[in-house]
Amino acid sequence: MVHGEAWTLKEFFVYPNEYIYWTIQIVMYPFMTGLVAGAFVLSSLYHVFGIKQLKDIARFSLVFSFALLPVAMIPLQLHLQHPERGIEVMLTPHFTSAIAAFGIAFSTYGMIVASELWFVYRRHFVETALALKVKRGKSLLDKARYLLFSLLTLGAWDISEHALEKDEKAVKIMATVGIPVACLLHGYAGFIFGSVKANALWTTPLMPFIFICSAVVSGIALCVLCYIVTMEIRKLLAAWRRKRYPDLPTPEEIKSVEMYEVTMTAKYLVLALCAALGLELLDLLFRDYAKFRSWEIVRTLIYGRDFVNVFIVQYGLGNLLPMALFLLPRLTMKRAAFATILVLMGVFMMRWNLVIGGQAFSASFAGFMHYDLPVIPHDMETFKEGLLGALLVGITPFVLFWGLNKIFPVFKCEDSH
Amino acid sequence: MGSHVWRPLYIAVALIALVLVARTFLVPKDFGVHERGYMYGMHRKGNEAEWKAVTVKYRTAAYCKECHADKVESLGRTPHGIISCENCHGPALNHPDDPPTLAIDRSRALCLRCHALLTTPTSGRADIAGINPDTHNPEAECTLCHDPHNPVIRSPRDEQARLSQK
Amino acid sequence: MNRRDFLKNSITVIAGLAVPLSALELINPRKLLAKKEGESAVRWAFLVDTQACVGCGFCVKACKTENEIPHETNITRTWVERYVITKKGKTYIDSPRGARDGFTSDRIDLNEEGHLEITGDDIEKAFFVPKLCNQCDNPACAQVCPVGATYQTSDGVVLVDRKHCIGCGYCIMACPYAVRSFHPVHKTAEKCTFCYHRITKGMKTACVDACPFGARRIGNLRDPDDPVTKTIMSGRIGVLKEEYGTKPQVYYLALSREVK
Repeated sequence: MVHGEAWTLKEFFVYPNEYIYWTIQIVMYPFMTGLVAGAFVLSSLYHVFGIKQLKDIARFSLVFSFALLPVAMIPLQLHLQHPERGIEVMLTPHFTSAIAAFGIAFSTYGMIVASELWFVYRRHFVETALALKVKRGKSLLDKARYLLFSLLTLGAWDISEHALEKDEKAVKIMATVGIPVACLLHGYAGFIFGSVKANALWTTPLMPFIFICSAVVSGIALCVLCYIVTMEIRKLLAAWRRKRYPDLPTPEEIKSVEMYEVTMTAKYLVLALCAALGLELLDLLFRDYAKFRSWEIVRTLIYGRDFVNVFIVQYGLGNLLPMALFLLPRLTMKRAAFATILVLMGVFMMRWNLVIGGQAFSASFAGFMHYDLPVIPHDMETFKEGLLGALLVGITPFVLFWGLNKIFPVFKCEDSH
Repeated sequence: MGSHVWRPLYIAVALIALVLVARTFLVPKDFGVHERGYMYGMHRKGNEAEWKAVTVKYRTAAYCKECHADKVESLGRTPHGIISCENCHGPALNHPDDPPTLAIDRSRALCLRCHALLTTPTSGRADIAGINPDTHNPEAECTLCHDPHNPVIRSPRDEQARLSQK
Repeated sequence: MNRRDFLKNSITVIAGLAVPLSALELINPRKLLAKKEGESAVRWAFLVDTQACVGCGFCVKACKTENEIPHETNITRTWVERYVITKKGKTYIDSPRGARDGFTSDRIDLNEEGHLEITGDDIEKAFFVPKLCNQCDNPACAQVCPVGATYQTSDGVVLVDRKHCIGCGYCIMACPYAVRSFHPVHKTAEKCTFCYHRITKGMKTACVDACPFGARRIGNLRDPDDPVTKTIMSGRIGVLKEEYGTKPQVYYLALSREVK
């Protein structure tokens, strides 16, 4: 069977070689990259612009951004027909291709996030390693941890006031440099689609900006959501632990901090949401007004076949409803959590309507294709490019975050800056 | 030690160096920018030879003529002379060495490719004698009545039927 | 302004003007015909006569065998489309299995929508259009390949390196003509090569040899005496989807405006 045949349904005239070649993994790719970029931008708001209110969530989103980073690459690997050759993008990059720069943009960004993390957590590494060094009767785990943390210090053991000051300065520089690079990484994902002149739905110079705005939206939403969830867990833990350690913060104290952070962050989320929605509607308005040759079929798709997906699920439930929920007075934690879930769903649907929608009509403009998402896989291909493959990609960052949290404790109080 | 801030950079440089070294080993020697320039001509030069080395399956009537000159010439005098021998007889490859005999396609489906009557008023198809495959002796092989090498002979009844269908 | 400055400014203005002027130029086969210094003596081009095509599909079948594309698979390097335009002005197009087995029925294949029978009285015009890779002079597919696995040879044919292709599908997305697909066995991008193994041996492509009606012809644009080149230069020819700026090198005689 030809690649794509398992899930493509054709209607009317479609060229014989046309199938839905880019499937749910390519929906996941910009979605995940968007989360990375968005989470990083959120963390930078604190480091660069000194928005002190975001201190707590900033560290959280930085670590989360790092956890998401490898996951942005997994969907691409999974969709390649020859994943074992994926490294060629780094070895023989061809820079007239929008994809070729991926390796470079991605690694540059990865190094920036990694070094920023290093500067933020260097003091923690040194202190942990030193504490483990003097510890008597080390277990095997302790020895391994000592080795790991010693390695992580990169041999920089100096945690004097002067050295930490330098760290702090470096963090600020990294966060500043990181913003344009994060935007570049994601804007460039938008360019990959926007520059495909053969695809009537994708080709628009607005695409990189639409991608950046929706990336920030989704990144902030995910961070807020995870933040709320972890804080709720901490509240429960705190109530339980306070029985033994009365000097720990009370659940009420945690809650007030939490509410403050969420309200602050929600403001930035709504701003980014307005920008994303504005750009998308501008694009739609322009297409409708200009009426290019392709408009007839694009209109049939957007206003007809994909109406529910585009206007009800994406714009309605995914954008307008959460915006209203955030803007209504007396924001509660539950409402904020619900709104962020809606926002995430909305951004995912935007990627879906773009990637799948772009392939939902034939290049002949005389027929349609329907993507029949494989739910129960019957071979490797339907696993990778089906629901399970997407879920795998969706779960991985949380597993990674849990692991990374052991090395980069997100809720530890003292840090280098 | 004031320079600890540069340590991540050393690692980054080391990684870049690693990729560059790996590149020299893993990228084929003939990979590079060739005639059509950077935008369209960047490739592994050796691949062109690989494409040129694909086996030729259809050897054309000129090859058939080397042994079957009589057949090629007699067919050439009929309306079916425009059809390549291999369209019905199959690709020659290295016949008669390999394969020693060719599998001839005598199916109705083969004849119907041209002779199924279609309503295509503005194409060359309209000039070809066509039949309705559902009503024109549906069970019979075409070769039972028609000689593919000399298709001009047609029974008067067939001719009548064809004209009435048009 | 002294003379030196005047000359300098003039050159700048002329250079500046030259760029937009060259951008305005339409596809001109004569430009490819003229051989520049150091260029290949061959530039392959294809000529399709849509009037002559009868939709027998021998070309598609021969192509699949010649180029080792499994007979049963639905992808194909070349295919034939049928256009049926009704008296009411509605256009129906189909290409069942790429016309591998030709067109043997008046029923239009609408894929999931089933079949549609149009009776002769309603038909204004109906004809067949063979399609294959346009071997564009500005191949969007070669431009977007992230690893240099697809490229253009000096004689103008776009090829795919099956040992280097990572299978990302970007070239498939970039081709406005949808001539590309994935090979079911090699799992790499697959496309028409103008039968590179044949044309470089002085033969014609398998589809050209299989066509009984001369609807398909291949020639060298840089050879002014080539009959195909002569027709392309002097005939009333069209190309597909010129608006994408890809400069396609498959020329069509009697191309109807309904052809997508």
